[in-house]
Amino acid sequence: MTYAMELNKVGMDNEGFLLNPQDWTMELGQELAAQLGIDLSPTHWRLINFAREDYANQGQSPGLRRMAQQSGVTMKEIYQLFPKGPGKLVAKIAGIPKPKSCI
Amino acid sequence: MTVLEQPVMETTEKKHTLTKLAIICSKGSLDMAYPGLILANAARMSGVDATLFFTFWGLDIVNKKKIDHLHLTFVGNPSVPVPAMIAGLPGMEGFATSMMKREMEKLDIPSIREMLEILEDSGAEMYACQMAMDMFKLQKDDLVPQIKDVITAMDFMDLAADAQIIFI
Repeated sequence: MTYAMELNKVGMDNEGFLLNPQDWTMELGQELAAQLGIDLSPTHWRLINFAREDYANQGQSPGLRRMAQQSGVTMKEIYQLFPKGPGKLVAKIAGIPKPKSCI
Repeated sequence: MTVLEQPVMETTEKKHTLTKLAIICSKGSLDMAYPGLILANAARMSGVDATLFFTFWGLDIVNKKKIDHLHLTFVGNPSVPVPAMIAGLPGMEGFATSMMKREMEKLDIPSIREMLEILEDSGAEMYACQMAMDMFKLQKDDLVPQIKDVITAMDFMDLAADAQIIFI
């Protein structure tokens, strides 16, 4: 449960998004996912890694359509991976800001 | 002066979360088609169930022959930045529609057809209204495959139980 302690140290907004994307580590991502009741599979990771890379390159969190077009994970799969709402959950676990795109 | 003692209000903080959205799409113009589809998509992105019911002119949104040719409403629309007299001239709506489509392409907003595909993949459920179908002499085959079924307004009531309903 050391990761849980790590989780307490990083700053988060009241919705649970990391305030500083640099605070993110893979372990932290795992712990954030666990707290949301998600057991991360390799496909989850593919999406999370894409989201982080895209955020680093574009300076903003990708919307779902962009992820479905470019990450190699289809829209249907994205919803199967995050049934409780991929719009926010991917970004939350990836430690990047809430996406501004509605699509 | 006496200050009456104020009764302490119970502040039981109960967070209401939206779990289901039912959207009735009754208009078939391009500018009235997007709001319902985008709202439904935003709902699914947030983990909220979404059901769409297409009725009357809203059937144009899911009509195979019309889906790619939806137009802006120009006449009778006070937001249009030209005088009503000019707005009614032939060709104006077509001109405005192609302008809007070009702007949307620049912003990478998907077409109506793609929006429906995204919605189906997201698990949103889409239905067409039986009565409107009869009125316009349409068969289920005339509609895009994303339409799950043709149902009556009463069936829609059952599907929309517990949902917040939005009429567009």
